[in-house]
Amino acid sequence: MARYVIRRLGLAVVTLFILSVVVFVVASVLPGSVGRAILGPFALQESVDQINKELGVNGSLYSQYFRWISHAIRGDFGDSYKFQGPVTDYLASAFWSSTKLAVLTLIIVVPIGILGGAIAALRKDQASDRIITVTGLSLAVTPEFAIGIVLILFFAVKLRWVPAGGSADGSIIQQFKVLILPAVTLSATLFGYIARMTRAGTIEALAADYTRTAELKGLSRSRVLGVHVLRNALLPTIAVLASQMSYLLGGLLVTETMFNYKGLGLLIANAANDRDIPMLMAAVFVVGTFAMIMTLIADVITAWLNPRIRFGSHV
Amino acid sequence: MTSETQPIAKTPSQEMRSQLLRSKTFLLGNLGVAFWAICAIAPGLIVNRDPAEQNLIKKWTHPFTDGFVLGTDRSGRDVLSRAIYGAREIMFIAPAATILGVVVGVMLGLMMGYLGRVVDDILSRIIEALISLPVILVALLALTVLDAGRATIIGVIGFLFAPLIARTVRAAVLAERNLDYVRCAELSGENSLYVMFVEILPNIFGPIIVEFTVRLGYAVFTMAGLSFIGFGTQPGSPDWGRTIFDERTSLLSNVWWPSIIPAIALASLVVSINLIADAIQGVVDK
Repeated sequence: MARYVIRRLGLAVVTLFILSVVVFVVASVLPGSVGRAILGPFALQESVDQINKELGVNGSLYSQYFRWISHAIRGDFGDSYKFQGPVTDYLASAFWSSTKLAVLTLIIVVPIGILGGAIAALRKDQASDRIITVTGLSLAVTPEFAIGIVLILFFAVKLRWVPAGGSADGSIIQQFKVLILPAVTLSATLFGYIARMTRAGTIEALAADYTRTAELKGLSRSRVLGVHVLRNALLPTIAVLASQMSYLLGGLLVTETMFNYKGLGLLIANAANDRDIPMLMAAVFVVGTFAMIMTLIADVITAWLNPRIRFGSHV
Repeated sequence: MTSETQPIAKTPSQEMRSQLLRSKTFLLGNLGVAFWAICAIAPGLIVNRDPAEQNLIKKWTHPFTDGFVLGTDRSGRDVLSRAIYGAREIMFIAPAATILGVVVGVMLGLMMGYLGRVVDDILSRIIEALISLPVILVALLALTVLDAGRATIIGVIGFLFAPLIARTVRAAVLAERNLDYVRCAELSGENSLYVMFVEILPNIFGPIIVEFTVRLGYAVFTMAGLSFIGFGTQPGSPDWGRTIFDERTSLLSNVWWPSIIPAIALASLVVSINLIADAIQGVVDK
């Protein structure tokens, strides 16, 4: 197990390096200098050179990358063009807002997704299975804003239960009211994946030898399902949950824009529209790193749940 | 002729085709995609109002009023026309980006799976790094720096999808590369390119088709998202993502049709594509 974790950590460092290069290259090397991107196509070349120098994006690419990454590692992503303040300050508060939204989303979607998948598996090929599977698939591929706008129409405009958007401040109840619609929107997208993986895992586990053994031993149905089937079915579900984290994080972009919720997603959308390159690079780098950490955690949990890896045999 | 009494043996691909044609989800999905394809190619056949024609006096006309079947938006433009014309951009960009992604991804995947070792190790690490990133974020980063024209958006989405496709193709190639027919070709002295493209490629067509349809759905999803936050389409374009963004505030005045109609249009397209993908996957996996 220790060997596996160390190997996986080493891989994560390599991945992180590649990630930083990708972000840097995309933002800096592609045609059109940073200064040109800020000032627009009609600005004088001298002004463009001037702003490039001020931002430290002159000099060789290698030295630029080194300067960027050595500061980034220490949490210094430079100053935002738009707000004229340190990127890190804005990033931190937006990160906290997005975390609240993401956590509420997971609290809603994980139990419902697992339950939905398990029901579908137990009633395989019956009507309820088809309904859960097809609904899940359809919701998973529908862009978040198309789902969000329908939710806003019903729950914010018609029923007036919750606001149509805004920031999560104030009491827990007020925050919950703001967060619930975007969280349900994101949950709708994730539900299908989780249900699908749980369904596949459960069907496989139901057919496995250990399940038959458990049944033949005379264990109760609920004990067989809870201990033998679900435990094994959840393994692939955890893996898919982690791989969906990057979709969840990508979904924040659109969902937070839809609900005007001031998290990382809205920050990134605004930074892109304002061509605030330091902010954009930092935010994409942070989100990418976060997605990678989630994948790492999921891989380790998966490994830990899998005795073949836990007890050290090479996989 | 004796063949009348004997059942004619079907080849695997014929069998798949007949299974697909019997699948209701496959037919429903195709119906949906075909409808939007017609809208994209010849919107004039379906609606006769100009989607850009403004008439501020008729702002926010209710559906089924004054000859506007689905009402008008904040500028008095016909919502039905805009929903139909809104298919144009996305029905061109999403397939183009997907084709690009599949072509690049298949080449990468063949190389990784067949040439193995060093090529595989290096490309795998790069792909792993790219995959951990939300596609829409990197696309946004690239579109911010590059000019956000059609070619750019196709290129960006295509190249971001390539690693995902490469991963699937790689796995499929690994399953094939030690089979007898591949060994046979190698022993008869065929070069790597021939083995990869002529021997292996036709045999992994199933997973590639599945990957194509799934990615097409994601391309629509991604493109719509980018358009929603203001990239990839021009202001005033009837594109669904952009229209929903522009018209979403009308909801607060209880005017739902300018934003909900394009949302339904978009959902119907992605769901159709994924019904097809799901049906094909079901047949290929069997």
